[in-house]
Amino acid sequence: MQWEIVIGLEVHAQLSTQSKIFSGSSTAYGAAPNTQASVIDLALPGVLPVLNKGAVERAIKLGLSVGAEINSPSIFARKNYFYPDLPKGYQISQYELPVVQGGNIQIQVDGTEKNIRLTRAHLEEDAGKSLHEDFHGMSGIDLNRAGTPLLEIVSEPDMRSSAEAVAYAKILHALVRWIGICDGNMQEGSFRCDANVSVRPLGTEKLGTRCEIKNLNSFRFLEKAIDYEARRQIEILEDGGAIRQETRLYDANKDETRTMRTKEDANDYRYFPDPDLLPLEIPQSWIDQIKQTLPELPQARRDRYISKFALSAYDASVLISSREMADYFDATLKQLPTQAKLCANWIMGEISGQLNKEGIEMTACPITPAQLAELLARISDGTISGKAAKSVFESMWNGELDKNVDAIIEAKGLKQISDDSAIEKLVDQVLAANAQQVADYRNGKEKAFNSLIGQIMKATQGKANPAQVNAMLKKKLDG
Amino acid sequence: MFNASLKQLSLQLTEKKISSTELTTEFLKRIKALNPEYNAFITVNEELSLAQAQAADKMRASGQAGPLTGIPIAQKDIFCTKGWLTTCGSKMLSNFVSPYDAGVIERFNQAGAVNIGKTNMDEFAMGSSNETSFYGPVKNPWDHAAVPGGSSGGAACAVAARLAPAATGTDTGGSIRQPAALCGISGIKPTYGLVSRYGMIAFASSLDQGGPMAKSAEDLALLLNVMTGFDPRDSTSLQRDAEDYARDLQKPLAGLRIGLPKEYFAEGMSKDVENAIEKALDEYRKLGAQTVEVSLPNAPLAIPVYYVLAPAEASSNLSRFDGVRYGHRAKSYGDLADMYRKSRAEGFGAEVKRRILIGTYVLSHGYYDAYYIKAQKLRRLIAQDFAEAYKQCDIIMGPTTPTVAFNLGEKSGDPIQMYLSDIYTSAANLTGMPAMSIPVGFGDKNRPVGLHIIGNYFSEAQMLNVAHQYQLATGWHLQSPV
Repeated sequence: MQWEIVIGLEVHAQLSTQSKIFSGSSTAYGAAPNTQASVIDLALPGVLPVLNKGAVERAIKLGLSVGAEINSPSIFARKNYFYPDLPKGYQISQYELPVVQGGNIQIQVDGTEKNIRLTRAHLEEDAGKSLHEDFHGMSGIDLNRAGTPLLEIVSEPDMRSSAEAVAYAKILHALVRWIGICDGNMQEGSFRCDANVSVRPLGTEKLGTRCEIKNLNSFRFLEKAIDYEARRQIEILEDGGAIRQETRLYDANKDETRTMRTKEDANDYRYFPDPDLLPLEIPQSWIDQIKQTLPELPQARRDRYISKFALSAYDASVLISSREMADYFDATLKQLPTQAKLCANWIMGEISGQLNKEGIEMTACPITPAQLAELLARISDGTISGKAAKSVFESMWNGELDKNVDAIIEAKGLKQISDDSAIEKLVDQVLAANAQQVADYRNGKEKAFNSLIGQIMKATQGKANPAQVNAMLKKKLDG
Repeated sequence: MFNASLKQLSLQLTEKKISSTELTTEFLKRIKALNPEYNAFITVNEELSLAQAQAADKMRASGQAGPLTGIPIAQKDIFCTKGWLTTCGSKMLSNFVSPYDAGVIERFNQAGAVNIGKTNMDEFAMGSSNETSFYGPVKNPWDHAAVPGGSSGGAACAVAARLAPAATGTDTGGSIRQPAALCGISGIKPTYGLVSRYGMIAFASSLDQGGPMAKSAEDLALLLNVMTGFDPRDSTSLQRDAEDYARDLQKPLAGLRIGLPKEYFAEGMSKDVENAIEKALDEYRKLGAQTVEVSLPNAPLAIPVYYVLAPAEASSNLSRFDGVRYGHRAKSYGDLADMYRKSRAEGFGAEVKRRILIGTYVLSHGYYDAYYIKAQKLRRLIAQDFAEAYKQCDIIMGPTTPTVAFNLGEKSGDPIQMYLSDIYTSAANLTGMPAMSIPVGFGDKNRPVGLHIIGNYFSEAQMLNVAHQYQLATGWHLQSPV
């Protein structure tokens, strides 16, 4: 039987506010345990939450970026359960009427576009951390993270493969960074995914029983966990078994998922509206104001690159994979408006490659867009060859000669020979010295042509303009 | 001195007839002598109180005094008070010294008032007799066999027994007004949102409201001036211009329309209470007011609605008492779940457990709509009844409680009977309207009767005027059990 995998994702994006969602404590990562836990985060008797406006603003930004509805009023609810790192004994979250309702995200997989629907995105507070290692026979509790603002972004079960799920997660990851609501740092847990996975016979409508895989903090784990889980479910069903609805954990070391808790021992969270927080009214004027602050969104920019600069859909998609890269491209292109493809190739190739190799962020790139544009201008005006440009690029990257393109070309003697009479002279010399090959060519041996080109390039140490050499040689031989 | 009004005490302090240190010392002495009998205070800390008194004397000397500067106020042990044991009447918090001040405490501190001690209360404010306190019951100063009411029973007793010139209370279903009535003093629960809930240990967040308890309406006005005001740390706190609650005290009552809900003058009210209330209403008619019958058809639903919503919120509010970070933790336990179980089983008393169970039940999957949502809908209907009634009257009156104070132990085994003590009071919490109780005489066994005055939103100044004019004309509020 052929099976279809059905996947929905819940992404927890930590919002980039300075302070927590319901208290004034800092959200900075990595502080000494419990140094960023105020009386409110500790849930001392009598303390009350006050909503951080910045968190709501960021949720609205996401909503506007995915074409969602912004609910007003929006309601905060208590999710009740006991755990030592949940100081109040309940998490303030949203149940009915989340800030963001609906929305869509377009993904591309293998050149095909697909729309993934969002169910909702709601605000909630993060829990603290339980530390089991350092305390003999005891557990430690660090409440620094307690109260950190999260936006839980829930998709519809619209994905049909781990590749689609990863594509969706990547687009969402780029988007939250693009609009500046989340730093996207997956190692620090700023962006983590839960995957709901089920399988059903291909062609059937009814959804299979799903399992939720928790806390996948890399795209690779997301892919592997889904693949494993789908295989596991298919095997059970093919053996005549049934899937048990449960929450599972992915073990990266063993590359497998295993039961965390079953539906039977799932909590009844007893959601109810938090009486400490009044229904949140979001005036349209505020939404409009936030709309004004939104940058051009990735999708719009991608479309612009394709329609205005004739870039391929692939190139455009790569360029918008981060706002930094797209901005870098735009800034380079501003200096060199006619060379979109050349700019794109270099940014996606040399620049990205070098950044990756050295583990540097685009914002810390040692070569500015203006400097790159200067280099590319020397290619486009024929001063240097593409090959020579790579050598100049290397020197610029290393900070030689103040990254001055012309100075480096001069110093390295990379200037291309583009003078027609100089090239003619070169061609004549080579023809004179290689009578046999000339004869071979004229007798129909095409190969001899390439050999002659090689001789010329060798004589000029590769500096002769290849196009001109080619044309001149053809003219002399065929003329 | 012990019978003096706040205004009189303030004048004596201003005229340097007495210092705050002397005044505080006198009250501390009285508490020391009499509290073992009354059990009105859980914590008395002479050192801290006297330090505040000395600071108040300095404030007065430097000319920065306000009306309450240097005056001792008893604080209900539900208000977190920096450096003070803050127990909320529970074993769960019997070791909790608060590292911060509640908004209300801050306001009294800024006014230069002296915290004379933390008063006894029903555990987590759950009770109507002060018998659920981990620190033992409080005696009614009028009759030591009787309960003082609750949950602010210690506060009411302290004021009635003249252990403090005034006190703070909190009111979730009647916890200021019912003990005020049973102890023959005055108390007001302001409009929800006027008094900061920050640092006031939550019982039922949407119903809880702090307020003053004192010997007279005039004293209440002075206290309200200090207690109310916007607090940005409480999202339900209202942003309103400051008002002087004493501004209308002297207004004559001619033309005042008093609404008498027929549902409140029906079966359930005892004869002795009815007599006292009728006499009080006669007095009002003499003062120029007219009475009109109004109807609150959903009034009988107030108690059932209250006993769904208050426990629901409480079950969640009390989850933080888990023995992990502060408060009582069982001495020995197995795993985590066992630690929770034992700590909470040991730390909470029976009534608190009962309400946590009720609340957990009504919020549970499958019951939520039938109980919680239904109760919220009825809550709105109850508020609509009042809105309708206020089209025909300016203010509503009735008995605060169906009977005078009952005996210690009389109802503690019967929760339903106990809950019915709040039959007239809980509607004001459900609607958020201000309500108060003033003493209007005595019923059976010479125990006090309270008149319940319910106002429309933000009508505190008018209510205090209505109460004050009665108190000018009669002397019930001047009667003292001691």
